[in-house]
Amino acid sequence: MSEPIIRFDKVEKSFGAFNVLKDLDFEVAKGEKVTIIGPSGSGKSTVLRILMTLEDVTSGVVYVGGQPLWHEKKGERLVPASEAHLRKMRTQLGMVFQSFNLFPHMTVLRNLTEAPRVVLGLSKVAAKERADELLELVGLTEHAHKFPNQLSGGQQQRVGIARALAMRPKVMLFDEPTSALDPELVGEVLNVIRHLAEAHDLTMLMVTHEMRFAREISDRVCFFDQGRIREQGTPDEIFGNPKEKRTQQFLRAVTEAD
Amino acid sequence: MTWTQYLGPLSQGAWVTVQLTFWSTILGAFLSFAAGIGKLSPVRGVRWLSITYIEVFRGTSLLVQLFWLYFALPIMGDAIGINLRLPPVAAGVLALGLNIGAYGAEVVRGAIQAVSKQQYEAAKAMNFTYRHTLWRVALPQAIPEMMPSFSNLAVQNLKDTALASLISLGDLAFKAEQLRNYYQDSTTVYTIVLLMYFGMALVLSVLMRLLEANVGRWRGARR
Amino acid sequence: MLFGLHWDTSHGELAFAVSILPMLLIGMWVTIEASILGFFVAMVIGLGLAVLKGARLRIVRWPAMFVTEFIRDTPLLVQLFFLYYVLPDYGIVLPAFLTGALALGIQYSAYMSEVYRAGIEAVDHGQIEAAKALDLPGRRTFTHIVLPQAVPRVVPALGNYMVSIMKDVPVLSVVTVLEMLNVAKIIGDQTFDYLVPLSMVGGLYMILTLIASGIVRWVDVKLPKRGLALR
Ligand SMILES: Nc1ncnc2c1ncn2[C@@H]1O[C@H](COP(=O)(O)OP(=O)(O)OP(=O)(O)O)[C@@H](O)[C@H]1O
Ligand SMILES: [Mg+2]
Repeated sequence: MSEPIIRFDKVEKSFGAFNVLKDLDFEVAKGEKVTIIGPSGSGKSTVLRILMTLEDVTSGVVYVGGQPLWHEKKGERLVPASEAHLRKMRTQLGMVFQSFNLFPHMTVLRNLTEAPRVVLGLSKVAAKERADELLELVGLTEHAHKFPNQLSGGQQQRVGIARALAMRPKVMLFDEPTSALDPELVGEVLNVIRHLAEAHDLTMLMVTHEMRFAREISDRVCFFDQGRIREQGTPDEIFGNPKEKRTQQFLRAVTEAD
Repeated sequence: MTWTQYLGPLSQGAWVTVQLTFWSTILGAFLSFAAGIGKLSPVRGVRWLSITYIEVFRGTSLLVQLFWLYFALPIMGDAIGINLRLPPVAAGVLALGLNIGAYGAEVVRGAIQAVSKQQYEAAKAMNFTYRHTLWRVALPQAIPEMMPSFSNLAVQNLKDTALASLISLGDLAFKAEQLRNYYQDSTTVYTIVLLMYFGMALVLSVLMRLLEANVGRWRGARR
Repeated sequence: MLFGLHWDTSHGELAFAVSILPMLLIGMWVTIEASILGFFVAMVIGLGLAVLKGARLRIVRWPAMFVTEFIRDTPLLVQLFFLYYVLPDYGIVLPAFLTGALALGIQYSAYMSEVYRAGIEAVDHGQIEAAKALDLPGRRTFTHIVLPQAVPRVVPALGNYMVSIMKDVPVLSVVTVLEMLNVAKIIGDQTFDYLVPLSMVGGLYMILTLIASGIVRWVDVKLPKRGLALR
């Protein structure tokens, strides 16, 4: 197997005295679609936030595309990463937030063109072209000139996805992308993600409570519990025949809630 | 003597007050942003400079500042061999602007810090630089939040211009004092003057409200 | 010579500064007195305005609102001159110090009335309804339900106005009150050295406002607010 695009090597993460991730080893192959499930507070978001560089690691090393994310090589030693290094690494990652986090003072189009223009240095025309393609992909072409607060939650989240894609990341991170949505709006967002999952070279890492959807699109499902991967395997293994007691309990609890 | 005869000189004074308010508010707004942003700067020197400015000008009295600039600064200039004698207008605009800027800086800082953490995270996820995050993400959202406070500060500043009369600037308060001295008709003169300040404050509030509506247009858009 | 004290202009800046410090401190004491008196006047008039603005009758409420707005939108200096020169025309002759404190009190009563109103309005309406449901008499509701919840919200804001009042006291120098700045100005006029006294006033003001803000914060922390969700 070739070098995984994401690799957590004995990663610890604490907030004060509270240990969120414990000695985590975790890999994602290029193009793989991985879903993280698990109870609240088990550290699912923390994994994504570390990858998006919103949260640093307490110890251990995270590799993205074979390069350490939070560290730089200085000779043989690893030293904490500089902002320049983080900026370089970030170009490989895109994130979709639970609460969308669109820029409320920019139109939909500006939300999509701003970063490509100022970060990637695309021309106005090129950025617009890219944005138009993405708006078509998420089905929002006619809303390009609206402000986020003029859109429904589902539409906003589709903009959120398009905005992340506009940077052409290699890895897309989704943190409960449909949790903040009214039930009737969940489908339209899942459809967009489903569509993305068909692209073979895009790596996807998603935290979700939509179990049926996870089962449908994932190559692999990881069950997180208390800062560790308690169990992982193909969707059929995890959902069809979970081995661990904790996994069984968790799955029973969430399917009963449905 | 009828009250209409006071209107001529008082209008002249009011015009000086308007100009004084205008220029010192512009200066104050500039300083508010400079020091408010500076206080949040990652560069320690900039941060300390901003904090010192804010604390000194908020910690002392405006009239002390005005007198210091007008009476004390020239003496300091003489001691080091530079001419620092300011004309009253310059001392007035400078003192008023420096003073209101220190208060405004806290408004700017507060509003920038009040922009939600999630916006900063989204900006980081989009790989924006610190500067870009500040100018294109934080400030556009923070400025509408600052406007009500700025509006109060502008009215405060208008009222404060009256102090400039004490360094013999011919503003409204100064003209009032002249007229009272001359005609000994204090009730009429001061009633008119109070009403004129009140009117100017109302106009200023309306102008600030228009500005507020303008900078916050995107917030008005609703489904 | 001032207050029977002499300044020393012939042994350098430091000796000069030391010699005028007692005078400035006397002025500072006047500053503090004026602030405290002005503060209490403002608290009382402000409460009156707040009550009137909360009145049910429009003919009471509206004038009170207008007066508040009018006071807030006009300069302290002009209000002070108004009181100083106009009151005597109507037979009311007050010492300059009292006129000054009154002017400060009036100016800040407008701000304080807003603080009172905000404090009372911040008390959850459901609380008052709960009190009604329990058949508490109106007075008791106010003293036992509204006030204990409003006071911890109001006091810090009022305290901050105390600090602001302090910084406005130098305006009283225009009607001959010998507060700190006026003392420094007189010393400057006499010795032709404004730099030392005015800079000292600046420094003393920094100390004064730091202490005052410290006290305000201390009171805020000490206030009983068991179970109150403030901010
Ligand atoms: N900035 C922080 N400071 C302190 N504790 C934090 C911080 N961020 C997260 N935590 C704690 O770390 C733990 C794991 O958080 P995380 O957000 O990763 O959980 P999660 O698995 O995503 O849960 P959920 O399903 O509720 O989103 C939680 O107990 C949370 O309270
Ligand atoms: Mg989470």
